[in-house]
Amino acid sequence: MAGLKVRIGDLELKNPVMTASGTFGYGTEYSDFMDLGRLGGIFVKGTTLEPRQGNDYPRMAETPSGMLNSVGLQNKGVDYFVDHLYPQIKDYDTHMIVNVSGSTIEDYVACAEKLANLDKMPAIELNISCPNVKEGGMAFGTSCQSAAEVTREVRKVFPKTLIVKLSPNVTDITEIARAVEDEGADAVSLVNTFLGMAIDVESRSPKLSTITGGLSGPCIKPIAVRMVWQVYHAVRIPIIGMGGICNWQDAIEFILAGSTAIQVGTYNFIDPAATVKIVDGIEAYLQRHHIASVDELVGQINYL
Amino acid sequence: MKVSDFTIRSNTRLNDRNYLLKVTPAGNEPLPEMYPGQFVQIRVDNSPQVFLRRPISINYIDHQQNEIWLLIQRVGEGTAKISDLSAGETMNLLFPLGSSFSLPDQKGNFLLIGGGVGTAPLLFLGKKMREKGLEPEFLLGGRSEKDILQRDDFEHLGTLYCTTEDGSLGEKGFVTQHTILQKKRYDFIFTCGPKPMMVAVARYAKQNGISCEASLENLMACGFGACLCCIEKTIRGNVCACTEGPVFNINELTWLD
Repeated sequence: MAGLKVRIGDLELKNPVMTASGTFGYGTEYSDFMDLGRLGGIFVKGTTLEPRQGNDYPRMAETPSGMLNSVGLQNKGVDYFVDHLYPQIKDYDTHMIVNVSGSTIEDYVACAEKLANLDKMPAIELNISCPNVKEGGMAFGTSCQSAAEVTREVRKVFPKTLIVKLSPNVTDITEIARAVEDEGADAVSLVNTFLGMAIDVESRSPKLSTITGGLSGPCIKPIAVRMVWQVYHAVRIPIIGMGGICNWQDAIEFILAGSTAIQVGTYNFIDPAATVKIVDGIEAYLQRHHIASVDELVGQINYL
Repeated sequence: MKVSDFTIRSNTRLNDRNYLLKVTPAGNEPLPEMYPGQFVQIRVDNSPQVFLRRPISINYIDHQQNEIWLLIQRVGEGTAKISDLSAGETMNLLFPLGSSFSLPDQKGNFLLIGGGVGTAPLLFLGKKMREKGLEPEFLLGGRSEKDILQRDDFEHLGTLYCTTEDGSLGEKGFVTQHTILQKKRYDFIFTCGPKPMMVAVARYAKQNGISCEASLENLMACGFGACLCCIEKTIRGNVCACTEGPVFNINELTWLD
């Protein structure tokens, strides 16, 4: 059997296929469709210190080969997560990783501290890239200084694997990646959604209540692959790549661009069992190409 | 919930933009138990314009034929592609999704009010009520006679009242203007259709102390509670219309606040 194991910080993943936060609920939503234990990891819904109701309806607009969303981090807060959701999901045979978001550095730190105490929470993903909240979120991820500061402060209280999720809505994503690497991030995940907008031409109204929202799906894939490739050449820490992955070919493309692992996001909505098909597809690819371990493919582009 | 391929047994055009598709599991496996108000998510492939599945309510379950009936209104490119499918072709369904209408335990006066293609789940609800020995009545509205779909099927299950905006069938006007609402006292109203119609029905029900459930058609991406896009504002806060609904008791909604 081909080697699918990969390592992200202190985390050993059984395979490089994980799910993107905000597209996979808490995993339980998908248990009818697949064996969650086949995944390398599950990144659960963005969690904040206090409960949030999220943005008003409508929060979603379909766009060519993708969708815009402006959910706005609707969640019941970290205490509810710790008391009610974590007990339900902690024994899944995969890594459960919480995506942590906030409006202030203090929020991020307090949230990370509460999660650091959970035995079966080996990592967190710091969300400094949500485009759909008025304060915080993406604001932290669009300047090197604030990205560095939030990473530094969370690093002080979270000794386990710290992944920082980067925003593509920046001039140079490699600068941000370097800034968080310098402050002790164990890995970076990229990309979050692209800030976008859609207008209904009949009503002449924006399609989202928030006017702008985050664009995801296959339409962003070439840009995401490019950003992964740039970051791969800028940092030494592992990259978790994402952006429009629908099948094993997309996953391999991200790995070749420099991703050690990948996340499947929006496509889970269309095929809820897509992730397991991708795991099988990667394994078959490795066998067909006589590659012993998926690790050997990371960043291995044959340039023309 | 599961994901399966279905074979299209027939596709009948009901009027200028509505189609009735009867589909059966491609592997001939028997259909699971499904309830009125629940819906399916239809996958539409091979178009960059249509990325997401299309949520369509269950119109009817014919267990003898092992068929799900789906009423498709051709609105955009997704529903156009679905309504272009022919007998023998396949479609991929995610099903059954969502909550269902409450089936009353006791006899009473039940009115099922639908508008346009929103009448779809009321046929299945009427059938389930009949099976329980209840006597559903139907009040269906549309712009014109041709917009009142499946009249024979509804009449087969109970008394049918109609309103049309042009007066071509039944009483002229909107469903909430039908004289039966003044003449008869109902115990429970079930409604599905355009939101302005459902809000008017909810207002009538509330003013007259009648229990009422409404089936919502919020825009959604996943259909099973993962994306949090289809939220409805309720007295409990924002909830997913796909998992906590699509059927809500109107007392839970904030429409009339």
